[in-house]
Amino acid sequence: MTDLAVKPRRFGAWYVFEHKIQPFRTWAWSLVAMAFGTPLIYLYSFGVGFASLLGRQADATVGGVSYLEFMAPAALLAFVLQAGSEEFYFGTVSGFTWNRTFYGMRAAPLTATQISAGMVLVALARMLFTSLVYFGIGWLVFGAFPSPWSWLIIPISLLAACAFGLPLMAFAASVESDKGQFAMVYRVVIMPLSLFSGTMFPLDVLPVWLQWIGWISPLWHGSQLTRIVSYGLVEPAWLIVVHLAMLAALVVAGWILTVRLMGKRLDG
Amino acid sequence: MRSLAAGAGPGVGAPAYSGAVPPEPVILARALTKRYGDFAAVDGLDFEVGPGESFALLGPNGAGKSTTMRMISAVSARTRGDLAVLGLDPDEHGPEIRTRLGVVPQQDNLDADINVLQNLLVYGRYFGLPRRLVRERADRLIEFAQLTEKRRARVDSLSGGMKRRLTIARALINEPSILMLDEPTTGLDPQARHVLWDRLFRLKEQGTMLVLTTHYMDEAEQLADRLIVVDHGRIMAEGSPAELIRRYSTREVLEVRFGSDRNASAAAELGGIGDRHEVLPDRVLLYVEDGEGALREVRRRVGEPRTSLVRRSSLEDVFLRLTGRSLID
Repeated sequence: MTDLAVKPRRFGAWYVFEHKIQPFRTWAWSLVAMAFGTPLIYLYSFGVGFASLLGRQADATVGGVSYLEFMAPAALLAFVLQAGSEEFYFGTVSGFTWNRTFYGMRAAPLTATQISAGMVLVALARMLFTSLVYFGIGWLVFGAFPSPWSWLIIPISLLAACAFGLPLMAFAASVESDKGQFAMVYRVVIMPLSLFSGTMFPLDVLPVWLQWIGWISPLWHGSQLTRIVSYGLVEPAWLIVVHLAMLAALVVAGWILTVRLMGKRLDG
Repeated sequence: MRSLAAGAGPGVGAPAYSGAVPPEPVILARALTKRYGDFAAVDGLDFEVGPGESFALLGPNGAGKSTTMRMISAVSARTRGDLAVLGLDPDEHGPEIRTRLGVVPQQDNLDADINVLQNLLVYGRYFGLPRRLVRERADRLIEFAQLTEKRRARVDSLSGGMKRRLTIARALINEPSILMLDEPTTGLDPQARHVLWDRLFRLKEQGTMLVLTTHYMDEAEQLADRLIVVDHGRIMAEGSPAELIRRYSTREVLEVRFGSDRNASAAAELGGIGDRHEVLPDRVLLYVEDGEGALREVRRRVGEPRTSLVRRSSLEDVFLRLTGRSLID
């Protein structure tokens, strides 16, 4: 009797993933268009257009590399973080509210932890796809990633996007009904973070009283790491440890909180 | 679904047991309690459900039926008491118990982003079933749920009755030992209800155990072998529908209406007719053995009522007797 649920206990999160990627077929085209279109437009407008404006100045480099090389790795991360946020937030809110699939999963042998893990896998899949396309275009079309270690940008971006996405998912698990909270999160959190996290310009050009935004931002910690692997930005070892520790801490805290809130809501 | 060769419907065998040994209850609850802070949603229920038996919890909204269902379904932990489902403790063996249950919740939770067939396929996978097996079962269940035409339709486009039938089909994908139905026909129009009852009755005939909550008497009478009447988280009475009617009501009920302003005064003059009477805002109910005879007596005493109706006693009358309230407010 007690060996009835061996497979669900082991593979539950995978089953959630299998289920939740089904609808992707429906909007596959818009996802593909966005994944390809955004880096093309973004890298061209900033890396080529904006950089040519800078190029007229005497010293046209940022920290010894071209503006395109400076910006491209962090821009990849910022884009992946945004795409992931949508998945972490809407995937979770919809599962509880307008498409109450989590309750169906819970009535089957799955646990709240497995449902959470499955939804994280879905977000990771979308972010992996997005980052691969972005990286491919940046590398092949724009030559924006000089180092052979540049591909490490992808795992770093996934880590940093989870460091933001998992706490967001915990918040989403507590949303009773969607009243445009995401638009709020986007304007009040994501936008300011992308502006003040050293994505478009180094953090140290900001006045000190604005720099703290970067210090607490997973986007800044992640961006610095992507630059290290992409063009060899030099950072002291202790700071690299801080970057990684900060991201890891946010991932762990976000995950624990998510599982707790999902469980509370599904098992009440 | 082993007996499905003829395409009649998914039959799930009741757990086999030898006649000599008393069968272990499939569900056993002792002093089962669920508290939310100071409020006891379920307040010390004792009941058991035997193998192959169909069982209903009957009661008004807020009686604690759904909470009890959620505890049996191993998604809500009990606060106190003992509970065993299929011989297992839900606190420790939630996934194992849920593997053997089919759950039809009060509020549909189908995935509106995918179609009818996909809903069954993804759900079957949750039980760790191989894709091919799920596919075979899904095909048969779509037929059983009379959704063949809607196979590739999005869930959004289904009527309320179709969604319910799909939810039932989905709950059968793992060939459950027990099908849990929480208010299965609430919110459906009469025709859709009858279609659904027909499907559920077939399942029962094929040996699927049904455990349902309802506040519809006719539903309980049709689908349950035995039921408990629950109010304020406690059991008011227990038995088969016929037993309960025999114990708590009379053979017939005479309903008379004199107009809302006259019902109470007319009732005062009807003392002694039948076992007892109940005055409701819109009518007076007289519990009697012979309805026509009682109606003649009513006419003799207070004159012709505006309308009158003689009917058989139902569980609604049992509930009214036990609680002094009607089931649907």
